[in-house]
Amino acid sequence: MPTVLSCEALEKRYGATVALGGVDLEVERGELLGLLGPNGAGKSTLTKIACGLVRATAGRAEIEGAPAGSAPARAAIGYLAELFRFPEWLTADELIALHQDLAGSDGGAAERGELLELVGLADARAVKVAAMSKGMQQRLGIAQALVGSPRLLMLDEPTSALDPVGRRVVRDLLRELRSRGVAVMLSSHLLSEVELVCDRVAILVAGQVVARGTPAELARPRGVEVETGDGVRSFPEARRDDVPRIVAELVSSGQQVYGVNLLASTLEDAYLEAVGAA
Amino acid sequence: MSGALIVARYALREAVRRRVILVVLVLTVGFLALYGLGTAVTFNEVNSLAADDQLDDRVLAGSTLLGLAMFTILFLGAVLGVFLTLGAVRGDAERGLLQPIVVRPVGRTSLLLGRYGGAAVVCAVYVAAVYVAAMVITGVAGDWWPDDPVGPGAGLVLGVLVIAALSLLGSVFLSSTANGIAVFMIFGAGLAAGLLGQIGDALAVQTLEDVATVSSWVLPFEALYQAGLHALTEETGGITGVIVQLGPFGGAQEAGAGLWLWALAYLGLVGAAARAAFARRDL
Repeated sequence: MPTVLSCEALEKRYGATVALGGVDLEVERGELLGLLGPNGAGKSTLTKIACGLVRATAGRAEIEGAPAGSAPARAAIGYLAELFRFPEWLTADELIALHQDLAGSDGGAAERGELLELVGLADARAVKVAAMSKGMQQRLGIAQALVGSPRLLMLDEPTSALDPVGRRVVRDLLRELRSRGVAVMLSSHLLSEVELVCDRVAILVAGQVVARGTPAELARPRGVEVETGDGVRSFPEARRDDVPRIVAELVSSGQQVYGVNLLASTLEDAYLEAVGAA
Repeated sequence: MSGALIVARYALREAVRRRVILVVLVLTVGFLALYGLGTAVTFNEVNSLAADDQLDDRVLAGSTLLGLAMFTILFLGAVLGVFLTLGAVRGDAERGLLQPIVVRPVGRTSLLLGRYGGAAVVCAVYVAAVYVAAMVITGVAGDWWPDDPVGPGAGLVLGVLVIAALSLLGSVFLSSTANGIAVFMIFGAGLAAGLLGQIGDALAVQTLEDVATVSSWVLPFEALYQAGLHALTEETGGITGVIVQLGPFGGAQEAGAGLWLWALAYLGLVGAAARAAFARRDL
């Protein structure tokens, strides 16, 4: 898969404060990368450097081979900031039209209608931003980020103001985008959301990537539980390969075995371990 | 359509939709109505005075009234220009309005050009229109017209464009409130320097004259205003000419083409500084 976003030894310092301390990261075409980390870990800074909003102190960030922030790089991305506002005097349709102009998209009314439909705002195209709830504005933000069919979508906490239905809409949308080959970098505190949709996860702590991999790779075995006639017996050090032996020993010792559970840590466990809060 | 034009159109639409233009128009109609009333009353009084061989009352009244109107127009234009630009960069960035636009391919230079272009069009049209209206009111009420009807209006327009450019530059560094305060203090300082220069000229105090000269280079909007006042009665001679050239609020001061060239170059320098600072600014 071709690499859409590539960061190499990326550093950002604000005076004496190190926001990013040498980050290496890649996002491939059609990949959904979850960016996790506590507040101040550098997630937003990394995203902003990739968008060209913040200049890196050192290192390299490229979008499809073009330096982040350059015109070709900006033409390839869609972005929704964590803290954003849209002009309150614009309607949803007008806002998307403005971003079509800014992005050089010639999609016209058809693209506007499709995007608003995608985020569940088809009936709100004439509604002004001022009259929208925070959740509606967040969905509108996702729609504006999709203007011009970006190859890389960067979303910073895109579901923070959404209700469960809205989150499901966004999850389905992200899966749909992945199937179309769009790369997505999703920064979020909602671990369950990330676990549900992301192909890979990178955990940032104090400006460093401290863990990365698929959610399954980050999850670790936590032993085996066996349901017997005498109750549930735990084997914390056991792994999948140990199950036949454990069951055989229990049966040979006269125990009735009703079920076996392979225990694995969740992404939340892996995250807490990585950030040192477990 | 180029990026700057898209942003300028957006800025213009914002000014209309947020009723900035409507409010300004309503208040300006009020100002012009008051000005018309004052002008009519003044010229009625002037017409009842006995003729004076030395002093042309009609010229004195007309130029003073229009000079006062020019001061007001400069102030109103400055308010409009500052409020349309004071939050263009940092203010909008702090509110989260700027980032979705900056990440688009239009680029930061086009964004600045567009924001300034939109504000400049609104301010230039407004200042020119109100100046023409005030001149026509004065002419109709008192049958007095400026010696140069175009120069004073052009000076006001360029002066307001300079103030708007300073406000845009300030918006790169300062939050909206701080920038608004800073620009209006600069505006006041420029006017004060002009007054000091007139006092220095009258009393032959070189230091005050030097302060005014330096200020007019650093803040050319004041010099443009003074040049505009001078152009109102540039062909008026005798005692009348001497008195009217004192002018209201800072006095009249002749300026050559150098001032206009410097003001245009100043706009370019301020724009270049804003561009360089914005290009380096993290958002």
